Amino acid sequence: MNLHEYQARAILKSAGIPMPDGDIATTPAEAEAIARQLGGTVVVKAQVHAGGRGKAGGVKLAKSPAEAAEHASRILGMRIKGLVVSKVLVVPAAEIASEAYVGLIVDRETQRPVFMVSPAGGIDIEEVAAKTPEKIFRLAVDPRYGLLPHQALGLAFKLYPEFAKARSAARIMEQLYAVFMANGASLAEINPLVTTPDGTVLALDAKISVDDNELERRHDLAALRDETAEAPAEVEARRAGLTFIKLDGNVGCVVNGAGLAMATMDLVKYYGGDPANFLDIGGSSNPENVVNALRIITSDPAVKAILFNIFGGITRTDDVANGIKTALAQFPVTVPIVVRLTGTNEAIAVEILQGIGMTALNDMDDAVQQVVALVKAAA
Amino acid sequence: MSIFINRDTRLVVQGITGRDGSFHTRQMIEYGTAVVAGVTPGKGGQTFEGKVPIFNTVADAVAATGANTAVIYVPPGLAAGAIAEAADAGTRLVVCITEGIPVVDMMRVIPFVREKNVRLLGPNCPGLISPGQTKVGIIPGQICAPGRVGLVSRSGTLTYEVVNQLTKAGIGQTTCVGIGGDPIIGTNFIDTLAAFQADPDTHAIVMMGEIGGTDEQKAAAFVKASVTKPVIGFIAGQTAPPGRRMGHAGAIISGSSGTAVEKMAAFREHGIAVMERPADVVRLVREAFNK
Repeated sequence: MNLHEYQARAILKSAGIPMPDGDIATTPAEAEAIARQLGGTVVVKAQVHAGGRGKAGGVKLAKSPAEAAEHASRILGMRIKGLVVSKVLVVPAAEIASEAYVGLIVDRETQRPVFMVSPAGGIDIEEVAAKTPEKIFRLAVDPRYGLLPHQALGLAFKLYPEFAKARSAARIMEQLYAVFMANGASLAEINPLVTTPDGTVLALDAKISVDDNELERRHDLAALRDETAEAPAEVEARRAGLTFIKLDGNVGCVVNGAGLAMATMDLVKYYGGDPANFLDIGGSSNPENVVNALRIITSDPAVKAILFNIFGGITRTDDVANGIKTALAQFPVTVPIVVRLTGTNEAIAVEILQGIGMTALNDMDDAVQQVVALVKAAA
Repeated sequence: MSIFINRDTRLVVQGITGRDGSFHTRQMIEYGTAVVAGVTPGKGGQTFEGKVPIFNTVADAVAATGANTAVIYVPPGLAAGAIAEAADAGTRLVVCITEGIPVVDMMRVIPFVREKNVRLLGPNCPGLISPGQTKVGIIPGQICAPGRVGLVSRSGTLTYEVVNQLTKAGIGQTTCVGIGGDPIIGTNFIDTLAAFQADPDTHAIVMMGEIGGTDEQKAAAFVKASVTKPVIGFIAGQTAPPGRRMGHAGAIISGSSGTAVEKMAAFREHGIAVMERPADVVRLVREAFNK
């Protein structure tokens, strides 16, 4: 889960990382008041889960409180990559002497937190990595011992040859590492880390992604989720305990297990169809999951047919059949449904479906071919 | 033969009295697995359904029963601790079924496990089965049959789909291994491929990968360099959009890296026969055997 810049800032500031003051505004009047309180030139920044905010016109310099209000009124409500901006951050404009990059990620290869730092900051780090990889320095931290002082200072000297600045940056890296581990982050990034003309080292922008698995035990972090940035169907699915991802096609898919769900989508494509979604009803047998899944999928007007692909192991196929029966009794489903099921309690499941005039297929390829043919016939 | 587990496997079940733990313990016993102990702190001295002694700690269980393998069905917040406990108690293989373990917990426990020289399988995996001998985890026994194919996969039900197709076609397996869908796992493709290569009864290997990370690409290079047996590969997620976590925590295309296209190209480049769809497995395994 991605945090907004203002949320990440609050976490870094409370960990002691030096950042300029600033506040969040939802109206132009609030932006004006914050700018007045800060005094001097400020930056008004759109708070939205999208890169390239500056290029989209979502980051503006304001020389006066009135100008801050003007920018805020233009930025609030604008769309950046399809997402509506509902908050702006107002911060003082810092005088910048140099810009660097400091990031920390979960590295799958070393299975450790890995620092990536670069004296070439302020721009897209993937671009730096692609064009000038020699400007990026990496360090894998052993989580048993944490970031050791000499490691932090060694990295900091890659950014600043002067000891005073390096010492400040090393301190910031130690604080960033502490934030990363304490909040179960999968990414924590300061870009840019700047120096001002008087030699102060400051974090100007922050980005944190929290590992979704952390949210179960960290309700404080889970509460930071911005549901306005998500497709409504995905929000509903998450509340129902389902993993659902909306796609552009017209074949609705209900599958148990993530790998099989992906393979099912791929097979729909293989036979010339277009999947409308990824949906994993999970491993446990709960007819209610199936009812919720059908409700969510049928609410998408693009869906022309629905495919069930259930391989019963822990999931009992009779529970899935009962879920379909219950759903059809609760609300109308106007598009055809193709059901493939095999495994645990298959005979009972087939009987339940026959009782409501449905048939079940046993083979995954047969089912996918059938659902694709139905969609094409409806077109 | 088989890899990682066999008739000598003596299993301790962590979380044996929980909903999932008790259900799957019954299934494993029914399949013939030697479940010698269970662990639920506070319930030491009781027995599980009159059959399996329960202990407070894994150390107690190992001391009393000689358990050499542990399987974990405890909630995500406690699972990394359970992994460390099993490794500390002297089991040689720890199989973690639990899904949803925070990644910082895994980063802390992995070095501990490696230091003890213990093999961890998972987390977020279905476990493994050596058909006709034993099973550890949740793979349904009735869809498997003893035979000559070794199977390794990042997913659960997709593995069942492919194993089922093989078994129905009369093609049995030495061992089916689910390595798990998380970004940080104990045993990867290369570890498993090396074990299958060393197992004289495994004559062909089926490898089920998915989007996210570079484990499959590295495994492909390893196959070319070190595996003489035929390898057949599949990648799930050809239609997955970038930047989205496709159910499994590890199944995410970051930037332009970890795509199905890139992984399938690596397979082809290194001599792995690529399945376009799960049903291709039977044809490709038969072709491999006929060569």
